[in-house]
Amino acid sequence: MHPEKWIKTDKTGLYCRALDAYIDPMHPVKRAIITHGHADHARPGHSEVYATPQTLGIMRIRYGDDFCEKPIPMEYGQTRSIHKAQLHMVPAGHILGSAQAVIDYKDYRLILAGDYKRHPDPSCPPFEVTPCDVFVTEATFGLPVFRHPPINQQIQKLLDSMALFENRCHLVGAYALGKCQRVILALRALGYNKPIYLHGALLRLCEFYQENGVELGELIPVSELDNPKVLAGELVIAPPSALNDRWSRKLPEVMTAMASGWMQIRARSKQRRAELPLIISDHCDWSELIQTIKEVNPRELWVTHGREQALVHQAQKMGYKAKALSLVGYEEDED
Amino acid sequence: MEAFAELVDKLYFTSSNLAKSALIKQYLSQTPDPDRGWAIAAIAGTLSFDFFKRKLIKDLITERVDPVLFDLSYDYVGEMSETVSHLWQAQADDPPGMKVLPSLAEVVNTFANGKRAENRNYLITLLNSMSAPQRWALLKLGTRGLRIGVSARFLKKTLAEYAQDCGSDISIEDVERIWHGVAPPYKALLAYLEGKAEAPDVSESVTFQPLMLSHPLSDDELQSIRASDFQAEWKFDGIRVQLVVTSAGKALFSRTGDDISHSFPDIIDELETQHIYGVFDGELVALNPRVTDAHEIKGVLEAKNDNQTHYEIASFNQLQQRLNKKKPGNKLISNYPCGLILYDVLSLEGKDLRENTLVERSKALANWFKTQPYHFIHLSRPLDFTDTHSLISLREEATQLEQGYIEGLMLKRKDAVYVSGRPKGKWFKWKRDPRLIDAVMMYAQRGHGKRSSFYSDYTFGCWQDGKLLPVGKAYSGFTDDELKQLDRWVRQNTIGRFGPVKEVEKALVLEVAFDSVHPSNRHKSGVAMRFPRIHRIRWDKPANEADHLTTLQAMI
Repeated sequence: MHPEKWIKTDKTGLYCRALDAYIDPMHPVKRAIITHGHADHARPGHSEVYATPQTLGIMRIRYGDDFCEKPIPMEYGQTRSIHKAQLHMVPAGHILGSAQAVIDYKDYRLILAGDYKRHPDPSCPPFEVTPCDVFVTEATFGLPVFRHPPINQQIQKLLDSMALFENRCHLVGAYALGKCQRVILALRALGYNKPIYLHGALLRLCEFYQENGVELGELIPVSELDNPKVLAGELVIAPPSALNDRWSRKLPEVMTAMASGWMQIRARSKQRRAELPLIISDHCDWSELIQTIKEVNPRELWVTHGREQALVHQAQKMGYKAKALSLVGYEEDED
Repeated sequence: MEAFAELVDKLYFTSSNLAKSALIKQYLSQTPDPDRGWAIAAIAGTLSFDFFKRKLIKDLITERVDPVLFDLSYDYVGEMSETVSHLWQAQADDPPGMKVLPSLAEVVNTFANGKRAENRNYLITLLNSMSAPQRWALLKLGTRGLRIGVSARFLKKTLAEYAQDCGSDISIEDVERIWHGVAPPYKALLAYLEGKAEAPDVSESVTFQPLMLSHPLSDDELQSIRASDFQAEWKFDGIRVQLVVTSAGKALFSRTGDDISHSFPDIIDELETQHIYGVFDGELVALNPRVTDAHEIKGVLEAKNDNQTHYEIASFNQLQQRLNKKKPGNKLISNYPCGLILYDVLSLEGKDLRENTLVERSKALANWFKTQPYHFIHLSRPLDFTDTHSLISLREEATQLEQGYIEGLMLKRKDAVYVSGRPKGKWFKWKRDPRLIDAVMMYAQRGHGKRSSFYSDYTFGCWQDGKLLPVGKAYSGFTDDELKQLDRWVRQNTIGRFGPVKEVEKALVLEVAFDSVHPSNRHKSGVAMRFPRIHRIRWDKPANEADHLTTLQAMI
């Protein structure tokens, strides 16, 4: 049966009638499928939650042990029958634990890709191409102006600045889940072996990555330092909200960097007051979106949050049947 | 070209003024002439020609990119040069790219001397050979749209600092004085700054002298205004101009130093150095003939004239018919006569008066005025006031004036010398109360530049026969926090889309302030407001209680 008959969207999010479940719902529901742990996708208060063990772990860290009544772990590739349909999870390459939800019902397969990317990321298994009838893609960076450069090039920019301004404390704004760990991994890969200092909000998730076998090197919480002046010439990572906050004023001679896909747009960097914009994204850029559509080669493409209009136009030009699915509530800035 | 692109890119992202001037000074010391002079011109906005038109950029990019995707990208990025610099892609039949980018001076000269078709190919070749930030710098440079948070004033300050670093005793005032008499690539200026040459002589050239500007008056400052120290004048509702007449020529400059003489031959062509010789500061206004026995305009001394024609100041709207006309016809000139109201003098008959006090300058101006024969030149006269109360009632008088040719009051320190720029505590402007209406937001559009991706431009409407009719558009007056709230409201209350324009629920009342309202046949509502801005957001007020169009019409 065509998924149009068993998928609908409403104010709570995307509802699958065949599973009798919402995918990444906005409000507490009876049964939720969660694609990954970012706060706008994974919310507390559901009864049953189907997600990868890592995503469940992240939700537990963020919301406590009672984040839901019944967590049901879904290892990648493990199939479960739920209500009238089958569900299994496939890696999405977005962050640790991120998954595409693959739903099979009455001879049709729909994949909800959630957030995903194609750039290499050593902190999680890569996106897996899975054939399907309907592919539901995000379009966060769904405009041809978005071309994400290789992460090493951007991290090198940061290291160059640290060499040039050797007494300035370089403060990097990065989201606590995914981006922060990826920045650390790239720094280590380029040979930066000094301790990296962290804002308190990033600690628990970095530990979680380390528990899951992602080696991040020596990390020191800024709060453990007696005198923040020792941070001259050092590297500090903080959530973006702390960049222009009182917290960062105690740091010596700060050079503010921001790691986000949005940094490619000048005005966005200015709005963030980032002096050193680092274009690092955990989403697909325009060419990766197109590459993915070609490789998955679905019979039909549905486009959710982001710049749907452009991607729908492009897919139609490529000969695909495509439409926009309007979903409310996902935060544009979560990258 | 690489060094220039790197400089503007760094300046764009640097927020501290200290760091910005350090970057500029470093560039000046490391870059040879004439490159560095062209860079100064690009940043100060003194390049005299476009390398290419925006239209050419648009044409080139639409040849290369799907138009729908281009429009969506442009709408999102909010800025043409940046959109193009990201979207640009080489095409198979393009001329071959360059291995090494040319110098800035070579780029300037090639575009300046090239024919249109050559320039087109040169532009393509450059864009193909550049990185995205370099493309952005070139496109901004070539269309003279470089906005990187460095004002001309700041640049001059930095040039003076650079001179001091080189051991020269040169102040920003020294730079201001010669600035408009020198031209890119500023070899003589830079040599002077570095102590390698005398100051360039600009005394007889017809050049603009940067104006003295005022600060808005705060409530606290009002209390400190004493009649013994301050002179009060009307703030006229025209455009600020500087009239320069010397033996070398004559010109009328706008407040930004643009030569607008060509638009006002009825004024400029009449002037002769035997009657007028100097640099004058004043207001350009539109005039209407008035009946002789009508009372004269308070605060203005009219020129003597033989044919007994008297004038009154007309609306700004009327003046607008005369602005930006390259070659005004005789009919336009006679239908919309214009004149000057002078209020200050920087030099008179070869004597520099800028170091004299306001009182002395005003006296010199008034004495000269008695001898001048031009019927279109008037003199602003100080208004009588004794204390704060009489100032308040003068301002109230301006607010109540039907014709609205007075924008408010100017309060100037009697002992202030004439200083270019905006010195503190010398000149104050005190605008009359704005007019207000309550209108309903109808459409919203994304902003540009700093506000790119925020919905910051709002079309609002008033009621007529139970329907809303758009009456204007505003994109200022709110704080950054209010902008975020408005942006969120727009996103959550969108009911339709027309390209980049979002139609919203007709539910949010905006209290709109504006200076005046005029009849207009360009708008369906038949009215046009001058400088509308958001005064308050009336989250509390139901839309059906917003104003009717008739309220606005009654204010004309």
